[in-house]
Amino acid sequence: MNNLSYLKEVVTLKMDENKCTGCGMCLEVCPHQVFKINENRAIIQKRDACMECGACRKNCPAEAIYVESGVGCAAAVINSLLEKSDAACCCGPQSSPQDKNGGGCCC
Amino acid sequence: MYKISLPVISNNPDCRGTSNAPGAVSPRLNQPFLTGVIDTPAGIVPRVSSTLTWKDSRDQFKARWGVGRMNYSIEPGLYALNNPDAASPVLVTANYKMSFDKLRQALPGQNLWILVLDTKGINVWCAAGKGTFGTEELVSKIENCRLKETVNHRNIILPQLGAPGVAAHEAKKRTGFKVYYGPVRSRDLAAYLDNGFKADSKMRTVTFALRDRAVLIPIEIVEVIKPFFLLALIFLVLGGIGGSGSYLSNMLTYGLFAIMGLLAAIIAGAVLSPVLLPYLPGRAFSVKGFFIGIIAAIALLYVRGVNFSAWPDRIEALSWLLIIPSIASYLAMNFTGASTYTSLSGVKKEMRFALPIQICAAIFGALLWLTSRLIS
Repeated sequence: MNNLSYLKEVVTLKMDENKCTGCGMCLEVCPHQVFKINENRAIIQKRDACMECGACRKNCPAEAIYVESGVGCAAAVINSLLEKSDAACCCGPQSSPQDKNGGGCCC
Repeated sequence: MYKISLPVISNNPDCRGTSNAPGAVSPRLNQPFLTGVIDTPAGIVPRVSSTLTWKDSRDQFKARWGVGRMNYSIEPGLYALNNPDAASPVLVTANYKMSFDKLRQALPGQNLWILVLDTKGINVWCAAGKGTFGTEELVSKIENCRLKETVNHRNIILPQLGAPGVAAHEAKKRTGFKVYYGPVRSRDLAAYLDNGFKADSKMRTVTFALRDRAVLIPIEIVEVIKPFFLLALIFLVLGGIGGSGSYLSNMLTYGLFAIMGLLAAIIAGAVLSPVLLPYLPGRAFSVKGFFIGIIAAIALLYVRGVNFSAWPDRIEALSWLLIIPSIASYLAMNFTGASTYTSLSGVKKEMRFALPIQICAAIFGALLWLTSRLIS
């Protein structure tokens, strides 16, 4: 699994350690063990492992975490560039279920 | 223990019932996978078992190949797995049928409630990313399904991958239910429940093992079938132009080889890239795909035994060394969406350098190929 790491130094994850209360919720929701607890506060330990899913930001009661979340899906980015569908993600039945450009991504 | 009775046909919509009439909370009771109903103080709840029928398995297989995948959903609302009572845990999932089936399949013999959110037939992770598996929907389902009257505790277990859409603290504030995030994989759920709602770091970490990658290959292939046939037709028609033989014999020589080239690109980008993902060089998926595409192109040219003495053949060979890797690179790049670890910032950065190269290489390759046909 060590070889499954994505581009370095790109993610938008930021953390205000002064706001952190050390509740540990970010450790619980992060699917890539980006955070760890250090002296009763969460810190970012594996920044490049972050996939910007946004779970930590959403579940931080102290609003100490910032990340521009989104789905890392090239087909969705292309679709949104072409204004084919809503920018979120290509998977699923978009606005109309008949829309065949639903893409094989991310599901 | 609640009374179990036989299913009755009803056309109740999902948990929209706001009246106090029992039964108003139920999802449709004529869904084929139900095994009965349970009577609760809050109304009738449809019951399911942990065993999938052959039809469930067949539909799951079809969905993997893109057949009926966009309508592969179940009614949102509250379901009973086996015979739960008021003290049984409540699990939350999406109304993508594959999500629901994987969940109940992972819990043989357990008595639980399953609260199905309306995610428009999308799996938990994607729906959480979109926000349809979200706090708002969770709160409304808890209320409309009258969960407070169904269970005597105030805990609900959400899949960890639903966390991008749900704010646990907000849900608690609005409903009184404390959100516990369960493990990433449903197969760890039984252990999680036995541990008293505790997951170790292994259960909390997303992986992308060979098996996880391999099940995604069919849909990757299905997605490229249409463009493949279109391109194949164009190459076949143009393949007959030029050359020494008749139109038909040229078409069979160069056109058919072009189809082989396209197939090699698809196999490299949509099959080999996912399978070999951890072993291919580079971090960017487009680089991985480009690499395997070059190998596929060289292998194909080697098998054909290209004669490099004449210019048209040299140019044609070069064209395939451009076309195959660019298509493979593009297809591999599209696999970022199916992967479990790519960030949007990373994908955008990768696309900024990869997409122009892919487009230029493909167009230049196609022009070279056309040239090789015209000068021969």
